[in-house]
Amino acid sequence: MKKLINRRPGNALSWALGLLPFLLLMIAYMVASDARLAENPNDKLLPALDSFVQAIDRMAFEPSKRSGEYLLWADTLASLQRLGIGVAISALVAVVVGIGNGTIPLVRSTFSPLVTGLSLVPPMAILPVLFIIFGLGELAKVMLIIIGITPFMIRDLQQRAREIPAEQIIKMQTLGANTWQIITRLVWPQLMPRLISAVRLSLGPAWLFLIAAEAIAATEGLGYRIFLVRRYLAMDVILPYVVWITFLAFVIDFLLSRYSQWRYPWFHQKGH
Amino acid sequence: MAIIEMKNLWKEYGDQVVLERLNASVEEGEFVTIVGASGCGKTTFLKLLLGTEDATRGELLLDGQPLPAEPDASRGIVFQRYSVLNHLTAVENVMLGGELESSRWFGISVGKKRKQLRKDALEMLESVGLGPAADKYPHELSGGMQQRLALAQALIKRPRILLLDEPFGALDPGIRADMHKLVLSLWKSQRLTVFMITHDITEGFYLGTRLWVFDKPRLDPQAPGAYGARVTYDLPVGDCENGTLTSINQRVTRTSRVLNDTL
Repeated sequence: MKKLINRRPGNALSWALGLLPFLLLMIAYMVASDARLAENPNDKLLPALDSFVQAIDRMAFEPSKRSGEYLLWADTLASLQRLGIGVAISALVAVVVGIGNGTIPLVRSTFSPLVTGLSLVPPMAILPVLFIIFGLGELAKVMLIIIGITPFMIRDLQQRAREIPAEQIIKMQTLGANTWQIITRLVWPQLMPRLISAVRLSLGPAWLFLIAAEAIAATEGLGYRIFLVRRYLAMDVILPYVVWITFLAFVIDFLLSRYSQWRYPWFHQKGH
Repeated sequence: MAIIEMKNLWKEYGDQVVLERLNASVEEGEFVTIVGASGCGKTTFLKLLLGTEDATRGELLLDGQPLPAEPDASRGIVFQRYSVLNHLTAVENVMLGGELESSRWFGISVGKKRKQLRKDALEMLESVGLGPAADKYPHELSGGMQQRLALAQALIKRPRILLLDEPFGALDPGIRADMHKLVLSLWKSQRLTVFMITHDITEGFYLGTRLWVFDKPRLDPQAPGAYGARVTYDLPVGDCENGTLTSINQRVTRTSRVLNDTL
């Protein structure tokens, strides 16, 4: 009998073990739900599975009586649009400032303290300021995402840019490169896969800020819907929405990771 | 006229004297191998040649002009590690020099020019024995092949001088011998002027035309930084007496002990 630390599961066992906790959670939920519903058939806290099916059907496949929209899709579209715009703008700003700060000492001395200071401001604390300045429209919600994740991404990319070996920067110069060419041919391509991992890391906070902003002021969106139906204790809508958001987050992360491995094979070698 | 001239060259960091009173001149086509204990300023000297450090006193001349104070295309370099760009394939690495020259803004060439650059790059890769690996990324190449690639990348720019900073230090002995042959044949066929730093003294004894030993002739064990290193031996390679290697080895080892035990 080998020691526990040396025993490794095979492929099939590995899958089975991984699925087990999910299965147990499902069973625990169903048992608890049955128990509560047996006591009170109108219980709203732990709805039975068929109420989820009905709720999903109602939200996703029947037009809303009030607006005629398919709510789940309209909400998803609205949220993904905000998330996409917010993250894209953040990524762009982060690359530009990160490269500037990371590569050019004069720029770094000028802006690095500012970025550090800004990154310490809690974004949620200035949410009211955003609503005051940008109104309650799309801009404020997108701005919250941008303000929430950009400073972190800048600092990350700045650090990654500084980690480019000095040998390579000297090498570029001995090949005749000027500063701009060092950026376009060395720093920029080297940072692209690192930008993708920064985006992947920021997506969690980005969702957080998105849902927070939608909860406070929106007329559609996944976060808005969850907080709206909360008033009716509509767990049969909230829980599928949460699962849906989680699934979207997973898919986005998975696609980014795959894209990075396909597009930047050199980056994913050597233990990155 | 000498290609490289040093006139009373000093380098100090604060009160630490690294190099003092270097005087020498190197003719075009010479292959200078530099050995010495670690901490004796070999790398500092290379940085002076490269332009990433300035001399504290004295002059360092390239073709009779002061060396530019930053790295440029007049000096090619091969480091021990990180010499090639890992996000470009082998042939792209070798094309890079030409591309940077042909497009001052983005450093990317297109069309006919690109075809020509690629053709030249493939020829260069062939000459260092990397023809079949042209479209591989550096991480797919072995350590020795990466250094061949670094040589090809540097040489295609035809630099006035080629600097090698312990280029084979990380390689296995067998590969190292192959690389010696390659460097010697490139040096002959391209009529290069080479400065090579190595910590392997025997390597310095049969590679190249001239051996410099960096050592501290005055050495105070209580203050190893008080005096700088000088070129204590400047020998033509090939006609050294047998005892020379042993005596150099002893001296360098002694200096190394003093420097690296007290620091």
